Amino acid sequence: MAKIDDILAKYDSAHELIDMLEDIQAEYGYISEENMRKVEQDLKIPLVDIYGVVTFYSAFKLKPSGKHTIKVCTGTACHVKKSDSLKEHLMKALSVKEGETTSDGKFTLELVNCIGACAKSPAMMIDEKVYGELTAKKIDSILKEY
Amino acid sequence: MIKDLIDREGGAKALESDRVTVGIATCGIAAGAMPVLEKIKKANLGMPVEGVGCAGMCYNEPIVTVMQDGVKSVYKKVTEDNVGELIDCIKSKKVCKKLFACSELTDLDYYKKQKRIVMKNCGLIDPLNLSQYCAMGGFSGIELAVSKKPAEVVKMVLDARLRGRGGAGFPTGLKWDIFSKKSGKKYLVCNGDEGDPGAFMNRTLMESDPFRILEGMMIAAYATGADEAFVYTRAEYPLAIETMSAAIKILQEKGLLGENILGKNGFNLSIKIKKGAGAFVCGEETALMNSIMGERGYPLPRPPYPAERGLWGKPTNINNVGTFGHVATVFQMGVEEYQKIGTEKSRGTKIICLVGKVERSGVVEVPMGITIGEIVEEIGGGAPKGTEVKAVQSGGPAGGCIPKDMFDLKLDFETLNDAGAIMGSGGLIVLDDEDCMVGVAKYFMNFTQEESCGKCTPCREGNTRLYELLDKITRGAGTEQDLKTIKKLSEFVKSCSLCGLGQNAPNPILSTMRYFWGEYLEHVRDKHCRAGACASMLAYKINENCVGCGSCARVCPAGAISGSPKQKHFIDDEKCIKCGKCFETCNFNAVEKSG
Repeated sequence: MAKIDDILAKYDSAHELIDMLEDIQAEYGYISEENMRKVEQDLKIPLVDIYGVVTFYSAFKLKPSGKHTIKVCTGTACHVKKSDSLKEHLMKALSVKEGETTSDGKFTLELVNCIGACAKSPAMMIDEKVYGELTAKKIDSILKEY
Repeated sequence: MIKDLIDREGGAKALESDRVTVGIATCGIAAGAMPVLEKIKKANLGMPVEGVGCAGMCYNEPIVTVMQDGVKSVYKKVTEDNVGELIDCIKSKKVCKKLFACSELTDLDYYKKQKRIVMKNCGLIDPLNLSQYCAMGGFSGIELAVSKKPAEVVKMVLDARLRGRGGAGFPTGLKWDIFSKKSGKKYLVCNGDEGDPGAFMNRTLMESDPFRILEGMMIAAYATGADEAFVYTRAEYPLAIETMSAAIKILQEKGLLGENILGKNGFNLSIKIKKGAGAFVCGEETALMNSIMGERGYPLPRPPYPAERGLWGKPTNINNVGTFGHVATVFQMGVEEYQKIGTEKSRGTKIICLVGKVERSGVVEVPMGITIGEIVEEIGGGAPKGTEVKAVQSGGPAGGCIPKDMFDLKLDFETLNDAGAIMGSGGLIVLDDEDCMVGVAKYFMNFTQEESCGKCTPCREGNTRLYELLDKITRGAGTEQDLKTIKKLSEFVKSCSLCGLGQNAPNPILSTMRYFWGEYLEHVRDKHCRAGACASMLAYKINENCVGCGSCARVCPAGAISGSPKQKHFIDDEKCIKCGKCFETCNFNAVEKSG
């Protein structure tokens, strides 16, 4: 049985739509049109509403993401500690812009509002791991770990 | 009875006995605490080695606490590389002087002005150890509550004069009083959608002392008759979600969640975690409820308030994570004791996140009424060497800036409101003389215009125009007319937006204009940024220190620097893109920056 069927089977009411989409996002790295149509059938919610939810929340992607997602924090504490220059460093090191995935499909670069690691600013997350007190040099060595 | 369910004595004994703890909340992990914990565990020290939450002094992470023969030692900045030395010291029962921070936290200046009542367990107990939580007074609050009638419990919260810790400071008792009088199906929501950049106190509490929040929710459920609850948490907080989920499961297994809790007929409560999906507006209560129901997080006009019409049309009571933490604390320590802390109108303590340009940053719990100056200078130790504190930004994107000459302001809801800032969630971001106040306002407007949900026009269009005008000013193209337009538009957005996000969005502009008007004028009249932060207003020049090494010319992306080897180099202003690379690269202080 396909993984999407397992996810669909796990939930049965329309108010669990976001939980369902989160599972799909985690499993596939994005929400495909095909899967949205399956959700439509399963939860009996109009496709347009599903699309509305997917595009409203920044956690949901319409395009496949890379193997790892780098989330650069742009919160206030990181901003005043010059997170902008780190963002530029990452863009250069990975040759991508915000929201893009590297050509080898390894990393997707995202900017997020605040990851709550303000005391360790500037900070970023790779998948669910938080890295703090970043410098360009530190970023280079972190990227090598992946 | 709680004591029949949980081994309180065992927990107390464990806390006093020999043990080693490592802070493994998000800050600790970001500083490298996990490998430290692993190495200590592998060292076979013959005593328990536990992961604990965050003690709040994030600047010293990773933190290791050793309790040995009744003597406590707290160690700071323990890394994978130096933990070996600490392990050797523990084995030979010596104090590791190199990494020693203090015996008791209160020995440190950072803690002297703090009053840790809600955070007292943070960094001390294993967050998921019920016995340890109980040993610290945990669940004595719910025990006290169930010994009274629900209406008496609501009255206690009213008497404690507890105000919501989510931002607005609405009296919690009043909210509960209105809500408890509704009949039929009712819901309870814990708002952990801590979206304000610069605020992470909810995350800290969820990761470090989850049972306290859940106990607060149990008290609320008992007092108001709600039997189904949700904890709504940001997706960016995976560890908090994991910890809260595990804590809920433990309480279910113990029968402290479920039906007829603590033998009270009809005291039923189930709690579910709802994970957000990355939308700032969902911290607003009506948007949050829409999100819980699986819809887009659009806010709704109020009234009707959630207490009238909330989740699935039923009465709903929403409190912040911090508020529930305070509720449990009030019932554990007693209304009278709690009342003694704080100011006339703002009782108790507030958990503050002290970050930005400050020597010691982290999560601090202070009594209401403490001055901003005491927090920044005495707890935080002022700006890092070489810079001057200029202002603090309080309350996130809905808040404002308070200049240094007003640092004798007291921290309470009214005082901060009057000053044009707000308490908000409690993020205090310290700014120094390198921070441009127009730039700070622009930063927040960029934030709100991106996070505006788009439902109402004043917020969707107004904030975008405000951002564009500020951007124009920081690019050196602003006029005095623009300043007038900004003021007028700000007032319009404030008065016409649908929800709190839009109504407060122009606050960062209005407060910086109020206190730093001179900086705005300099930007539009003289095209000058005194902080040297607005790149387009900078000029770079090479002075006599230049030895002609050529390193600046090599890094210049615009090819604007020329000169012969070993001769003084020059910058072509026409070509210069003001990126500052030459300034950063020069080892001879030969590149000058002027604003």
